[in-house]
Amino acid sequence: MTSVAEPVLSVRGLAKGFTLHLHGGARLPVVENAAFDLFAGECVVLGGPSGAGKSSILKMIYGNYLTGSGEIRVRHDGMMLDLASADTRTILAVRRRTMGYVSQFLRVIPRIATLDIVAEPALAAGLSAQDARARATALLTLLNLPERLWTLPPATFSGGEQQRVNIARGFAGNHSLLILDEPTASLDSANRDAVLALIHARKADGAAFLGIFHDQEVRDRVADRIVDVSAFAPCLKEAA
Amino acid sequence: MTAPLLMAEGLTKRYGGITACAHVSFSLDEGEVLAIVGESGSGKSTLLNMLAGKLAPNLGEVRYRMRDGITRPLDGLSEAERRLLMRTDWGFVHQDATQGLRMNVSAGGNIGERLMAVGGRNYGGIRRAAEDWLERVEIDTARMDHKPTTYSGGMRQRLQIARNLVTSPRLVFMDEPTGGLDVSVQARLLDLIRGLVADMGLAVVLVTHDLAVARLLSHRILVMKHGHVIETGLTDRVLDDPQAPYTQLLVSSVLAA
Repeated sequence: MTSVAEPVLSVRGLAKGFTLHLHGGARLPVVENAAFDLFAGECVVLGGPSGAGKSSILKMIYGNYLTGSGEIRVRHDGMMLDLASADTRTILAVRRRTMGYVSQFLRVIPRIATLDIVAEPALAAGLSAQDARARATALLTLLNLPERLWTLPPATFSGGEQQRVNIARGFAGNHSLLILDEPTASLDSANRDAVLALIHARKADGAAFLGIFHDQEVRDRVADRIVDVSAFAPCLKEAA
Repeated sequence: MTAPLLMAEGLTKRYGGITACAHVSFSLDEGEVLAIVGESGSGKSTLLNMLAGKLAPNLGEVRYRMRDGITRPLDGLSEAERRLLMRTDWGFVHQDATQGLRMNVSAGGNIGERLMAVGGRNYGGIRRAAEDWLERVEIDTARMDHKPTTYSGGMRQRLQIARNLVTSPRLVFMDEPTGGLDVSVQARLLDLIRGLVADMGLAVVLVTHDLAVARLLSHRILVMKHGHVIETGLTDRVLDDPQAPYTQLLVSSVLAA
């Protein structure tokens, strides 16, 4: 039971700083009091200059960075739960069924075939081996990855090919919330269009996207709203 | 929610004046992979041996949810019950395969022995199971009647894994399973372990000093130093945003290939 107005993701008072113990305990504040909402069927792009904390915000939401303070509430199995205070099992369950992540680079797993790498999140989300492979096949086809590459491990693929494998893997879990960290950076225009078409199709199905896109043209085409994170960046505030 | 599979509470082990492991507590769910990382002498192997019932703690206890669903303390099991547990529902993969295999028994015998220990008597069935497992760990079945003394290091390690998994355990302890192997052999073994763990839904307690191995295989990490757990959390989080000074040192000391 969820009303239309209820967000998929709601961030409040989010803050993060690093303590660099190997450098005399230096404190590096990166995010302060960040707050925004993300609704089903929309794509929100984080804007702001390099170093403003865009990636740190994405990594806190996905759980790769520890949240300093604040709330990261996501809608999981019909309920809002706070990831900032969730235990690791809850975070892993949210990653399997609700929230996916497309990083800038594919973390290559040695020896495993492309098709299996892409199918893995679908399996984790509970699909049968056959259905997971079918979904992987469909995604790789959509992203124009030549079929002769599907049975090979992607270690020797070009940067653009690896990135498409990475995107296919990110989309294979069919998550209702997908985090995108510069997914189109190393793609040519035809493949970039394919990725944008995929995002549009998923949005139409109700999926929500939160991303970083540096390319102005791509950002204009994909973003429903831009959240400027400069307002949450302690280092930029001091400079101003 | 089902109860955890394994629970450690306040595990402490002292050798003379030295505390090898101090007040370690955690729980492990079915299908969960926990990596214990730290440098030599950090107490990770001592902890593993206490968890696996090979070493008695000075303080604290380990409890395990048996196949009948009842959670029991390990020190409350009879010797027969403990041996049965080790041969059926648990596996233990040693870094040194010669500790986990019978070197003078054929490969097929090494696998079949676990089945016979739990009452398997049908020779044909046991041989077929052994053959099946050799294939799953990518060992040519033509080598089934050869002794592991004739096997390479990587093959011995794969045979040890087959011997452990033939009884479909729910929990496997692994002590540096890829340590001491060539890099190319390591990669193959890691993929194999990764696939089997996912297919069989195994819970694993993995001791390693190799953070890349922990990243590839584990859900959670426990960082140890001087017998204490100094940091624990989601594997990605511990490796991408380490909090403790020592964890920051460990993570920053790894050369990126």
